[in-house]
Amino acid sequence: MKTETRTSSSFDVEKIRLDFPALHQEVHGKPLVYLDNAATSQKPRAVIDAITHFYERDCANVHRGVHTLSMRATESYEGAREKLKRFLNASSRKEIVFLRGTTEALNLVAQSWARPRLKPGDEIVLSRLEHHSNIVPWQILCEQTGAVLKVVPLNEHGEFELEAYRELLGERTRLVSVAHVSNALGSILPLEQIVADAHRVGAKVAVDGAQAVPHGPVDVQALDVDFYCISSHKMYGPTGIGCLYAKQELLEAMPPYQGGGDMIASVRFEGTTYNELPYKFEAGTPNIAGVIGFGAAVDYLASIDFAAAIEHENSLLEHATDLVGSLPGVRILGTAEHKVSVLSWVMQSAHPHDVGTILDQEGIAVRTGHHCAQPVMERFGVPATVRASFGIYNTHGELEALARGLEQVRKVFS
Amino acid sequence: MSDIRELYQEVILHHSKSPRNFGSLDDANRHAEGHNPLCGDQLTLGLIVEDGTVREVRFQGEGCAISTASASVMTDLVRGKSEQEVRALSDAFLELITGDAEPDLDALGKLAVFAGAREFPVRVKCATLAWRTLEAALQNDGQAVTTE
Repeated sequence: MKTETRTSSSFDVEKIRLDFPALHQEVHGKPLVYLDNAATSQKPRAVIDAITHFYERDCANVHRGVHTLSMRATESYEGAREKLKRFLNASSRKEIVFLRGTTEALNLVAQSWARPRLKPGDEIVLSRLEHHSNIVPWQILCEQTGAVLKVVPLNEHGEFELEAYRELLGERTRLVSVAHVSNALGSILPLEQIVADAHRVGAKVAVDGAQAVPHGPVDVQALDVDFYCISSHKMYGPTGIGCLYAKQELLEAMPPYQGGGDMIASVRFEGTTYNELPYKFEAGTPNIAGVIGFGAAVDYLASIDFAAAIEHENSLLEHATDLVGSLPGVRILGTAEHKVSVLSWVMQSAHPHDVGTILDQEGIAVRTGHHCAQPVMERFGVPATVRASFGIYNTHGELEALARGLEQVRKVFS
Repeated sequence: MSDIRELYQEVILHHSKSPRNFGSLDDANRHAEGHNPLCGDQLTLGLIVEDGTVREVRFQGEGCAISTASASVMTDLVRGKSEQEVRALSDAFLELITGDAEPDLDALGKLAVFAGAREFPVRVKCATLAWRTLEAALQNDGQAVTTE
């Protein structure tokens, strides 16, 4: 997530592209140019194979059965937990809870950590650039507990206003919940300072890390965050799976989020004893194939030169910003000094939705709309933007195709 | 490009750039609001209906070329028509955009320019937002409509 943009000679994007089967197809007779990675990334062959292998060879339930397939499934499932522990640099595998994704992880923090603790008038601090998934769970929680939300504003570049944040913190602040990276604008938030300031007033910090993990290593211990939530599908893994990292002492003090099988040690009608961490939070048969695919995605990122890949992404961002920004009538939203490879813009001549349709006819996939971040759109006075978001497999040639596509838009709407 | 020109016909581009009947209608006696949550399109419709006839109609809001043009053409067409005629037109339009049958382009008149939207399933909601909002305004139940 560094912002240097020099292109590394050790990075061979064409070789990377060979790992992703979905990239090699035509859409409307044109080569697919997939620039919607912030919505979801494509999956490498290694991830697809890991899932297929599970269903073809090892399919069995986990943590039960003494039979061989169940043991294999359990080994792969718990192996993935170990991989995620290393990926985030958690101090223990007990701190990694598998869930459906970032949204479910944030809801778990709201219901299991915050709900029993927050009193009327307690404060939760969010930022204006949050995805709806880091707003709505807290609004629900506020209705349940009488807690109130405080919102950190953004400056004109789409940057988190640290000074305003510090002023919002106080003795009633119980939790700060922010994105590590904005999905709509790409801004990277100054997490180190955010965490240090929150801890100074005794508040915990929850982080929506969904958009950060595809763009650089994250070390939850170095950041000293209390909760960190991620989704597999944004980092080249399967959909429907993600995880919550939380400090062990917090998880131990929290009641279960859901009840069911696997999360119990013993069940009697007189009372039930919950299972140890992390199983206390994993009720029901989990998404075993998803977890295994998630682990394979972590392995994949470890197998490539990730630092060089991120440098490549940053060079794409710089190039795209120049190309798109130089077109007449274009306004780029989100010009933070520190940002990941996400480019959001509006065009004077055409509504984002029309831009999206015309680009699709050229084989180019971009996201158009409010990006589940309506408060961000409101901040910039637009109902929607066009967003191109770049992954490790995108090329400078694809950016030229994007520029030609936008030229086409101008022709249609001239 | 041919498909794109099918969708973005000159008439549609013209109406989207200079929409007719755009603005507020102070003495409207029927109102409705429409939203397309998928893309953030938003539309407010005001009508004056007297003796079962649409005397005046105006719209405001923010939307893509398709939804703006659709609202513009619609407001032009329904002025002076009876509620019954408006409903028949609305049914014919929705059938054109969402139906399986081959549309009767002659009966649709000006509305036929939106036939291209049939080939773009994700844009159907853009084309129909204004008409769904009109239906709600005529029912006048005060509920905001959404295309979801």
